[in-house]
Amino acid sequence: MKLRNKEKDVIALLNKAQRENKHNYITEDKLKLIAQETGLSYSEVYGVATFYSLFSLKPQGEYVIRVCNSGPCHLMGSKSIFDVLEKELKIKIGETTADGRFTLEEVSCLGICNEAPAMMINEKVYGSLTPQKIREILIGLKKK
Amino acid sequence: METALVNGITIPHLCYKKGLSTTGSCRVCMVKIEGSPGMQAACTTEVVEGMKVITSDDEIDEARKLIVELILSEHKHDCLVCESNGNCELQDLAYELGIERIRFPISKSIEPTEDSSQVILKNPNRCILCGRCVRACAEITVQRVLNFAARGSCTFLISGLDQPLADTDCVSCGACIQACPTGALTEKLSRFQGRSWEFRKVQTICPYCGVGCRIELNIKNDKIVKVYGVEEGPANKGHLCVKGRFGFDYVHHKDRLTTPLIKHNGKFEEASWDEALNLVTAKFKELKDKHGSDALAGLSSAKCTNEENYLFQKFIRTCFGTNNVDHCARLCHASTVAGLARAFGSGAMTNSTQAFERADVILVTGSNTTEAHPVIGNYFKHLAVYNGTKLMIVDPRAIELTEYAEIWLRQKGGTDVAWINGLMNVIINEDLYNKEFVENRTENFDQFRKVVSKYTPEKVEKITGIPEEKLIAAARMYGKADRGSIVFAMGITQHTTGTDNVLSLANLAMLCGNVGREGTGINPLRGQNNVQGACDVGALSDVYPGYQKVSEAQARKKFETSWGVKLSPKEGLTVVEIMDAASKGEIKGLYIMGENPMLSDPNLNHVREGLENLDFLVVQDIFLTETAELADVVLPGVSFAEKEGTFTNTCRRIQLLHKAIPPIGKSREDWKIIMEISKRMGYPTAYHSPGEIMDEIASLTPIYGGVHFDRLGEQGLQWPCPSRNHPGTPYLHKGKFTRGKGLFTPVDYIPPAELPDEEYPFLLSTGRILYHFHTGSLSRRSKPLDGIAPEGFLEINPQDAEKLRIKNNDWVRLSSRRGKLKVKVKITNRVDKRVVFMTFHFAESAANLLTNDALDPVAKIPEYKVSAVKIERI
Repeated sequence: MKLRNKEKDVIALLNKAQRENKHNYITEDKLKLIAQETGLSYSEVYGVATFYSLFSLKPQGEYVIRVCNSGPCHLMGSKSIFDVLEKELKIKIGETTADGRFTLEEVSCLGICNEAPAMMINEKVYGSLTPQKIREILIGLKKK
Repeated sequence: METALVNGITIPHLCYKKGLSTTGSCRVCMVKIEGSPGMQAACTTEVVEGMKVITSDDEIDEARKLIVELILSEHKHDCLVCESNGNCELQDLAYELGIERIRFPISKSIEPTEDSSQVILKNPNRCILCGRCVRACAEITVQRVLNFAARGSCTFLISGLDQPLADTDCVSCGACIQACPTGALTEKLSRFQGRSWEFRKVQTICPYCGVGCRIELNIKNDKIVKVYGVEEGPANKGHLCVKGRFGFDYVHHKDRLTTPLIKHNGKFEEASWDEALNLVTAKFKELKDKHGSDALAGLSSAKCTNEENYLFQKFIRTCFGTNNVDHCARLCHASTVAGLARAFGSGAMTNSTQAFERADVILVTGSNTTEAHPVIGNYFKHLAVYNGTKLMIVDPRAIELTEYAEIWLRQKGGTDVAWINGLMNVIINEDLYNKEFVENRTENFDQFRKVVSKYTPEKVEKITGIPEEKLIAAARMYGKADRGSIVFAMGITQHTTGTDNVLSLANLAMLCGNVGREGTGINPLRGQNNVQGACDVGALSDVYPGYQKVSEAQARKKFETSWGVKLSPKEGLTVVEIMDAASKGEIKGLYIMGENPMLSDPNLNHVREGLENLDFLVVQDIFLTETAELADVVLPGVSFAEKEGTFTNTCRRIQLLHKAIPPIGKSREDWKIIMEISKRMGYPTAYHSPGEIMDEIASLTPIYGGVHFDRLGEQGLQWPCPSRNHPGTPYLHKGKFTRGKGLFTPVDYIPPAELPDEEYPFLLSTGRILYHFHTGSLSRRSKPLDGIAPEGFLEINPQDAEKLRIKNNDWVRLSSRRGKLKVKVKITNRVDKRVVFMTFHFAESAANLLTNDALDPVAKIPEYKVSAVKIERI
């Protein structure tokens, strides 16, 4: 059925697909399924999925670390946050660790500028970051 | 923007294209509006009364220049080798704005051209992200293959899930190419063969189906290089399907017949026109003298022009002295003509394709419109998605349109009378019918009502397999619609009950008062470019031009007076009857123009028997078809691009062809060949042009009475057009039926002639696919078309395939009581259990070896859609 009466569901379905995936991404099969369910075409679903930066079409780490690089965080030293993370995880922005546990990304504004610099790991937001605090958070996650 | 363009005011633009929605994304069409701050995009701003607009001043021009420079900075400037050089809106704009130097760095990252499609080249480096192709794909073709991904600073054009075009649902219509303002999307096969200014451009009519799309041929050195859809074309408004846009190369195929051929000892030898024509006339004369007029027959052609068809039937009737002249309309819509002539008095599409948008509900049955009449099929999809038109599909196969349907009824093959009666049973019982219309405009309602009352939804479910509640829902949908339009094709007509099926649909339309208004009616979609016209001008065994009956003395007298010869009062034989008579030795000589019965007719083994049994067979065609191979003399005619004349499209629109290239080799225009043979047989005619022939047609054919070449122009004329100043008729039966009152005919359900049984357990249905046409003599000689679809296939349901232990692409032997063939299997849910489907385009697996030549008793149309077959693994 391609009459477009279910197209409004597409974002919710993409979100669900990504959350349910072990590697935090939306597989090609899921994209096709979502197209069928919503009556959208493949290219339309792909267009939506690639517009939102929180959706990924490539496997991501178990933990996706998104560091804010908008004005306030930049001023409060997000550069050093990136440096620490890149050094600790041995990856660059946009990459995933070889063991598939961590992905590092850059985002614009997490909405807690009062606690800049900030980052988000999966659903959880961390503010007032220092290199030390980051190391502690990473140690905590690596243990899990 | 539209207002400005209509009034001849130029506003530069890139992302705007007439016929597509507006997005205002390129910002080139910025204008100032008095009272509004800043500048607004003209394309997305609606005009209001009293609005004052400044379309150009220094500030606007400066802003436009800046915008175009920014666009140019993300565009690869390879105009030297670009197909669109000279036909590029970006290039024009840069020139008009006088952009000598781009102030920004050119930052396009260079990516490879995507060439997976047989016909479309996608060059991302030339893409300016205007989105016209995306909208054309979504809004015209409604295929939605193209879209933008990663919208933002890195936006790029994708097809499917960022796949190569060939791996997507792309139907290769090329609407994206026509929409593209630059050279980002171009015709793959026309590459490096010429640029805009080198082409001679000739407008004419597409030679494939009956939609009648207007096309512009782009010609260099007498070779067609490219085809565009003409935006003003009344039937297509610029749109084309893959066949119309890319399937033209058969015109220049090396197999084209370039000289007459005469068969000596089973082998063809080249001959001069004089030799061939003298032989043809001598043989026909000899057979006529020896065996009488009725031992001769002719098959005319729905591919040829009205003028040629008129001359052909005139030739058979005057020189042969028989009415044994027919053509393939007999095999497609004879039952439509018979049924509608009886019910309404006129056997053609009642309404216009352009006015489907006025309908609330469109009932499509027995028409796989998106494949057989793609431009109309795409339009239906467009109406369903963007116009709120409800589609109701009744079809045994899960065709593409079912995905866009509000209701899809899946009937068993050959049970059409039953479901239509069932629908009307519900409509009458629920009091949804139009009493006023029935009372004032029709007759015989009570008789009809009695028969319909027997077809309760419960009974109909048993016959057709359509669930009761679905039938009731469908009845309410059609019954309650203010304007309901019925569209049908071969699925309704190609049955032994074809005429009954058509009569039933006519009953349904009359019951709900859906005749004689815009957006309503009974609309048979005609399959060939000029099958409507060939019928109109009398290439049928029972009627003269204008459906004037051979059996009526008055009509006969009129033609005898005009043509100056005595005419036979006996109705002639029809297509299938001619083959039958030939195999019995009753027909001795046959003249076939542009038809290929050796693939198109049912029960091919029987056809071969007939043709081989002839004393003399002449075939006039542009290729050595399967039929021509059996001929004694082959005469090379010409293609649509090499002649003048008219085609009449499915909604009765007579349109003008324009000669684009000279005849290939020594081939001759078909009307000239007929004139030559006629002259040599002692009946000289002296037409100097097809226009003169049309004048004669007009003088003898009331429905064409006002049709003259000088009136046809770009829009053509829809018949009936009885007089010189009549504007033509967009829809029929307004206020009054052609026959006076509409006639209800009580029709009972009769099962098909042959149904599956233990020995032949499957029901075989046949039809077309998008990429080929009829017997493939044209489309199979087109490189892109045959490249996309090189072989035939058998559609079979997954469950049946499993039972038979068949896998996709396995070869199977398919046989019926009449013949057998080998074919590849395609497993799909499109067909129901116990039903298989095959196309009839491929000589290698010719479906018509199997089909049943059982005929509808009234219209003499064979039952292509139902025959019993068995499947064996090989």
